[in-house]
Amino acid sequence: MSGHTDMVLVDENGLRIDGRTAEQHRPFKVEAGVLNNADGSAYVEIGKNKVLAAVYGPRECHPRHLQNPTKAIVQCKYNMQSFSVSDRKRPGPDRRSIEISKIISEALEKVVLTELYPRASIDVYIEILQANAGTRCAGLTAASVALADAGIPMRDIVPALAAGKADGHVLLDLNKEEDNYGQADVPIAIIPSTDEIVLLQMDGNMTREEFDHGIEMAVAGCHELYELQKDALKRRYSKRAEEESE
Amino acid sequence: MEKRNARQTRELVVPGDILDGTGMRPGENAYVLDGKVRASVMGVRNVFQNTVGVIPLRGGYMPTSGDTVFGVIVDIGPSNWLVDIGAPYPAPLHVSEVPWKVEFGDTSKYLTIGNVVLIKVLSVDESKKISVTMKDSGLRKIEGGRLVKISHTKVSRVIGKSGSMISMLKNMTDCRITVGQNGMIWVDGEDENADVAVEAIEMIEEQAQSGNLTDRIKEFIEKKIPQDEEDEYDDEGDE
Repeated sequence: MSGHTDMVLVDENGLRIDGRTAEQHRPFKVEAGVLNNADGSAYVEIGKNKVLAAVYGPRECHPRHLQNPTKAIVQCKYNMQSFSVSDRKRPGPDRRSIEISKIISEALEKVVLTELYPRASIDVYIEILQANAGTRCAGLTAASVALADAGIPMRDIVPALAAGKADGHVLLDLNKEEDNYGQADVPIAIIPSTDEIVLLQMDGNMTREEFDHGIEMAVAGCHELYELQKDALKRRYSKRAEEESE
Repeated sequence: MEKRNARQTRELVVPGDILDGTGMRPGENAYVLDGKVRASVMGVRNVFQNTVGVIPLRGGYMPTSGDTVFGVIVDIGPSNWLVDIGAPYPAPLHVSEVPWKVEFGDTSKYLTIGNVVLIKVLSVDESKKISVTMKDSGLRKIEGGRLVKISHTKVSRVIGKSGSMISMLKNMTDCRITVGQNGMIWVDGEDENADVAVEAIEMIEEQAQSGNLTDRIKEFIEKKIPQDEEDEYDDEGDE
C-alpha cells in the first residue's frame, strides 16, 4: 500500500501482471490430513502462498487463567517462516503475527461449537511456508479445513479471500505487487451457509461503491474456495476407500 | 455381508453440509439452521427413524456415563488419582471409588503414575466434570498384557456386528482382549499371538472405512497363525 512504482499493475486490456482479469483469483490448492502427529491438518496454496495448518484438541487449556468455564477457547498461532519472504523475516512473534493470530482465532470461534467443550482449548498452528500477499486468508482457509479434519464440531468451514484496489481498479485476490503498490486491501472471511462475515479488515482507501463491489467479488470467490475445501476433506476418505477396494 | 450391501448409502459429509431439508429432526452431530438440518462434523450421514445425524470419522473421545474405559494414572493426590482416559478433561478417581481400603495419604501404595486401570464413567456433568469408579465387576488395576490405542470412532469396528469381530480375534489369536470405549484396548496372551492381535487391531483402525473387513482380518490372522481346526472359533461366546 505504501510504496510507489512505475509498474503497470492493470494494463489497457484490463489484464493484471500475472495475466488475470480483475475478477479472477489465483489458482487454489487444498489438501486435508497432510500431517500424521497432529489431530487434524491441512495444506493450502493460493497462488504462490504456501500454508500449513495443524490442529490439536480439544484439550485441557494450559494457562489456567485463559479457561472459560462455559465454552472452549480457540488459540491460534500464526507464524511466518524466516524463509517465507524474500528478505529473511526475523523469526518469532511480532506485532503483525500477533494481530493475525487474534483475528483468525476470533473468526474460528464463531464457527466452532465451543459450548460443547467448556474449559478446554483448541489449538491451531498456522505456518506460512511461502508468502505472496494474502497469507492471513490462506492461513484461515487452511485452519478451518484442519479443524474439520480433526473432527471438531463446527457450524461450517470458513473460506477467506481478499479484494482490493490497484491502479484504480477493484481487483480480487491481490498478489504481492498489487498489495505493495495498490491503494487498498480488504481481506474477508465468510460462513458460506449464511454469508455472515467473520473477518473483515481494510488497509487503504476505497469509495463505498468500490468497497461494495470488492466484497461482492470476494464473497463469490470464497464460495468457490469453499467447494475446494469440502472436496479436499471428502477426497481424503474416498481415496483411501478406493485403494483398499482394489 | 448381505446386510452390508443393503445399506450402501454411505454418504460422506463435512461440516455445514445439508443433511435434510424436509423436516427431519437433528440427531447426533447435527444442528438446525433455517429449517434445514446441517452436519457439524465430518463423517457419514446416518438416518434413524425421524432423525438424521452424522457418525463421526475422527475426533476426540467425550466420555458418557456408563462407558467402560482404560486409563493411565497421571497424577496422585492424598485422596485421589488423576486418570488420563483420552478425554479433553482429567478424570479424578477418588479413594472411595476403589475396591481397597486406602488410608489418607497412602494412595501411592495402591496405584502409581503409569499404572493402567479399567474403570467406569459414573457421570459427566454439564461443565464436563468427570467422575469414575473402579467398584464394579471386572474393573481392576491392569497387570501384564499390552495397551493399544486407536481412535474411539473405530471402537465399534473392532467389536463388529454383535461382537463378531472381537470374538473372532479372541478365538483365533487365543488372547484376552478387552476394549475400552475410549479406544484403548488391552491385549494379553503369548507374545507372538499378542503381536498378531495388536497388528490386526491396527489394521482394523486403518481400514475401518472399507467393507468385508472381518473376512480380511480373518485371512490376515490365518496367514500369521496357522489355525489347527477350521471350525475352532465357531462355538465360543464372547463377553
